[in-house]
Amino acid sequence: MAVCIAVIAKENYPLYIRSVPTQNELKFHYTVHTSLDVVEEKISAAGKAMADQRELYLGLLYPTEDYKVYGYVTNSKVKFVIVVDSSNTSLRDNEIRSMFRKLHNSFTDVMCNPFYNPGDPVQSKVFEGMVSGMMVQVS
Amino acid sequence: MSGSQWELPPELCCRPMAFVALTGLDVTYNAVHRAIWDAFCANRRADRVPISFKVLAGDHEYPKCRTKRTSYEWYIPKGILKTGWMNKHLNLVPALVVLFYELDWDDPQWKEKQSECATKVEIVRTSLQGRNTKVAVVLIQKKTPLPPGEDLVASERASSLCNACDLSGKSLFVLPHTDHLVGYIIRLENAFYEHAQTYYYTEIRRVKSHKEFLNKTTHQLLFVRHQFKIAFFSELKQDTQNALKYYRTAYSLVHELRAHETNMLEIKTMAGFINYKICRLCFQHNTPLDAIAQFRKHIDLCKKKIGSADLAFEHTAWMSKQFQSFGELFDEAIKLGLTAIQTQNPGFYYQQAACYSQDRKLTAQQLCQAGAVCPIPDPLDTPTGGLDFYGQRAWRQGHQSIDPPDPEKERTGILALQIKERDVPHSELIIALLSNAVAQFKKYKCPRMKSHLMVQMGEEYYHAKDYTKALKLLDYVMCDYRTERWWALLTAILSTALRCSYLMANVKDYMTYCMELLGRASTLKEEQKSRIEKNLLKVLKNEVPDAEPDCEPSGSSAAAALWKDRMALSGSNEFSIEVQDYVPFIQCKARFLAPSFHVDQPIQLQVFLRADCPHPISFNKLSVSLSNQCYNQWCVVEASGQDTMLLTPGETSCFSFNFVAKTQDVGKKIEMTGIELMLGSGRWVFLSWRGAGGDAASAHEALQASRSARPRGPGAGARPEGAWDALTIQHSTMIISRVPKISVQLSHQPPALNNEMYCITLSIQSQEEGVAREVRLTAGLKPGQDANLSQATHVTLDRGQVCDASDPALLPDIPLGDLNPGHKVEQRVYVRCVSTGPRVFLFHVAYSINTSVDGQEIDCNCHKLEPLDRVVVDIPFVLMTDLLSSSPWPLLLHSSSLQLVTMATCTPHPLSQLEQVVLQTGECASECFCLQCPSGAEANGTVATGQYVISWRRESSSLDTPLVHTTVPLPHIPLENIPLYIHAELPSFGRVRETLPVRYHIENRTALVQQVEMAVEPSDAFMFSGLKQVRLHILPGAEQQMLYNYYPLMAGYQSLPQLNISLPRCPATDTHTLRRFLPQRIFVKPQGRELDDASIAAA
Repeated sequence: MAVCIAVIAKENYPLYIRSVPTQNELKFHYTVHTSLDVVEEKISAAGKAMADQRELYLGLLYPTEDYKVYGYVTNSKVKFVIVVDSSNTSLRDNEIRSMFRKLHNSFTDVMCNPFYNPGDPVQSKVFEGMVSGMMVQVS
Repeated sequence: MSGSQWELPPELCCRPMAFVALTGLDVTYNAVHRAIWDAFCANRRADRVPISFKVLAGDHEYPKCRTKRTSYEWYIPKGILKTGWMNKHLNLVPALVVLFYELDWDDPQWKEKQSECATKVEIVRTSLQGRNTKVAVVLIQKKTPLPPGEDLVASERASSLCNACDLSGKSLFVLPHTDHLVGYIIRLENAFYEHAQTYYYTEIRRVKSHKEFLNKTTHQLLFVRHQFKIAFFSELKQDTQNALKYYRTAYSLVHELRAHETNMLEIKTMAGFINYKICRLCFQHNTPLDAIAQFRKHIDLCKKKIGSADLAFEHTAWMSKQFQSFGELFDEAIKLGLTAIQTQNPGFYYQQAACYSQDRKLTAQQLCQAGAVCPIPDPLDTPTGGLDFYGQRAWRQGHQSIDPPDPEKERTGILALQIKERDVPHSELIIALLSNAVAQFKKYKCPRMKSHLMVQMGEEYYHAKDYTKALKLLDYVMCDYRTERWWALLTAILSTALRCSYLMANVKDYMTYCMELLGRASTLKEEQKSRIEKNLLKVLKNEVPDAEPDCEPSGSSAAAALWKDRMALSGSNEFSIEVQDYVPFIQCKARFLAPSFHVDQPIQLQVFLRADCPHPISFNKLSVSLSNQCYNQWCVVEASGQDTMLLTPGETSCFSFNFVAKTQDVGKKIEMTGIELMLGSGRWVFLSWRGAGGDAASAHEALQASRSARPRGPGAGARPEGAWDALTIQHSTMIISRVPKISVQLSHQPPALNNEMYCITLSIQSQEEGVAREVRLTAGLKPGQDANLSQATHVTLDRGQVCDASDPALLPDIPLGDLNPGHKVEQRVYVRCVSTGPRVFLFHVAYSINTSVDGQEIDCNCHKLEPLDRVVVDIPFVLMTDLLSSSPWPLLLHSSSLQLVTMATCTPHPLSQLEQVVLQTGECASECFCLQCPSGAEANGTVATGQYVISWRRESSSLDTPLVHTTVPLPHIPLENIPLYIHAELPSFGRVRETLPVRYHIENRTALVQQVEMAVEPSDAFMFSGLKQVRLHILPGAEQQMLYNYYPLMAGYQSLPQLNISLPRCPATDTHTLRRFLPQRIFVKPQGRELDDASIAAA
């Protein structure tokens, strides 16, 4: 399960960041922010290849000693980033994919809310609940 | 142990090369020897064999060889690898000793010299006792040797020398000191290299042979040692593939060792060494992925082997070094041509190394008490000044059992190490690693990673108390985080920066950071903001702010003293801070109420201010500067006396300014160039915004506000946020002239026709209160159009005569006198356009009233009609003119005539067929003239036909309007002579199944007898009788007739059977050129109905 989940706007500012409370929140902010380098690079590389049939899931962005960072980009260039603990080896690529899909669906619901102004921070409780379900449960 | 005990030993990091010692060379005094030595060491490029040469004295003492062990039964090893071993084999024990000796084959004192040489060889051999080192002799000779086998003396003496020195023939070399020294040296070198390889091969065999004596229980360390030695010898032998294999075995063996607290460091040190060698060789073999995989495995295996908890910093230091040296290897490989990628580059390893160094610093701070004193004697001192084995403790070298021999010694030893660690400049190490990483990430397009590392560097400088450098770095990256709107990160960086500036007592920076931390971009909690604001208010009053909570007490007290000094300095109490590029705690937006103002209206300007800090803040003065500084005096609001103006948090304050523009500024833009807000008492701070306010975040907020579906404007009072965000900045306004109170009306009937005297009536009526003085009219073609138009357009005020080229296109400043209120004046203007096309006319009325000058413009268009023409031939022909009226007004054609040049009309006095015809819009008037070209005209040229002149005027215009004469030049016609003229005589129509007689007249127009071949092609639509194919002769000037009876078979327009004519004498004239004289088609009527009627009647 994830230790940090982030939604990043098209212009690369955070719409939503949530991390496990036990660890330094700022560190995750930095991790997510630096991972955008790789996301940008992957988007521009994929953009050259084929613009429309792009795979949304970007895979493992980069491994650090402690965490693995995965990325996902929607067609409107909103980015999702999931950070998992490196020690968590049980997590398969497929599970990460399905986490991103769930995240994407839930974010789509947020966007469908007529009272949500695209570009504002996400404050939806439903979204929050869904993210909590995907986070590492801290006892 | 030295301070850099974690550095890898240089003998490990170098590339091992076979060691060959040269003796018997006197390189200081003997020029020949010097030249030989230079040839050996100069230009050692990659194509030369890898040997490291050293010149040693003939009687040099080589390291003593210990007596070979025959049994390992009672031997217990004291460690894995001796510290001196690698260096010994790289630099001390040669693979080959070469003795240089000057001796020619025909030396007169051969015998003596031979025995001297033998003695020298013996000396070398003795000092190498017990070693397998080879010895070789090189004879330096003055003469060029003869080819082998020819010099009998030489071969005989060579074998005797070999015997005397106990050398094999392969170890004796001759070096003639001639021109080709380098060539000889290279050949010698290759021979040496072979000897060296044999030596290292035997060494490998020797080490391998020990294996059978070892047992797994007591000799575990030896397994590792021997594999390492074999691998190292393989490297010396330049057998890197095998070396890699042995290193890998050594690596797995090292992890099989029983690890416990006392030997953990030794195991890790050796594992690190072997790992380094493996990675290095992998990169050398161009298999970087293997290197990375090995390194990952290494780290995973060793990560948890922390060892003694009291010396935990040692583990992190070691880990850091592992990452650093791998990063360096990686970087080196890249310099040699390897390509790295964004997600796999040396930067990550440097970064991780820095990360472990930070951990090291933290653990060191926890473990090393400040007050501890180094025990005496220093347990880290050893008799030799160094360690015997890599990775052991100085106070218990060679100790290999699980329990420390002496707990007291152990305790003092650890204490000594901790004290040593305390003095390590951790921050320096971390910063060096980080800056390495920054350089790498810059190269591999990771701007955000780079920024992140720079933040870490800044923080490290902060910890190292180098606040200036810290601020420089933090300031540099802050703007990246601000533009990317990562407020949480920005807040964290700002907090560090605030502490730095507090500790330095840098007033301006301190205030700037405070202001941004109080602003809406800051994610600080309300109570923290409140604390910061109180501090800011103190600074504004020229007092000392409270210490930042996370600063260490000693720094804070020093800072407080600095602040006091600052306070005393009265001279520098005014600061100006540019806040546009930050997100300050006071937001400012300004606007002109309208994008333009008339000069007779007051210009209105509003400045909105809003504070985001938790407590109200007061200010002394607000001023707006404008592009024209004369107006600045009107745009200032200042606190009077004691009471200051107050900004309440969360509320928008609006300040309005009015001023009257100057008349010189009519047509100019007035822009806001800056807004300044003065804060403080005792210390004055001017916050300044460029332009009309806004800051680093406001553009995005305005965009979000505009996207928002929520109601805005006056109704959005419940949501002041939205109202503020929706406020748009209007930073400039245009000053425009006063609206003229005068009406100008144009009456005319467009389009104007070509050549016509087109009348435009202009009526001007004053609605001014006062007298409009000096009314002037400018009328004519608007300047700035196609230059040709001004040549083709003429304007006049005189209606009496048709204006000509002398009249101008524009009549400027026609004086119309004064105009009383309510009065009206009329003026007619005549325009004549010589060419077609739209024209824009300008009518400009200017007058003076109360010193303001006004004008008005009106556009009008102009049009005309267009004639068309046809082509003609040289026999009698018809000229037809079509006249199409494109004028929207009816035109009366007065007359038309042809003015012919070379042509003659067939009719003596052609009358105009169009006289008094009125043409409506789109109507067409055609006229026919029958013309003939006189036969004398020159053939094969073109001939001018003439001109066609039409006189016309508008039907609506009065009779006295002058007639317009339009002259149309008729086209030039190409003339040609033809030898044969043919024309057909046939009825105007035919009827199905009724005879249709056709007679062709063929006329010879040349002075020669013409032979003509004629043939009629069959056709589906006709049967015919007559000559199908005929050849005939026609006399000059004579005419021949041919009669055919066609019998139409189908009704409708039918093509006549084609007549093919050819003139064998005149190949240029063929059917094609003649065919145009002949009718091509005829209308065939269907048969009558009489028959049907009869049948009906019969029924």
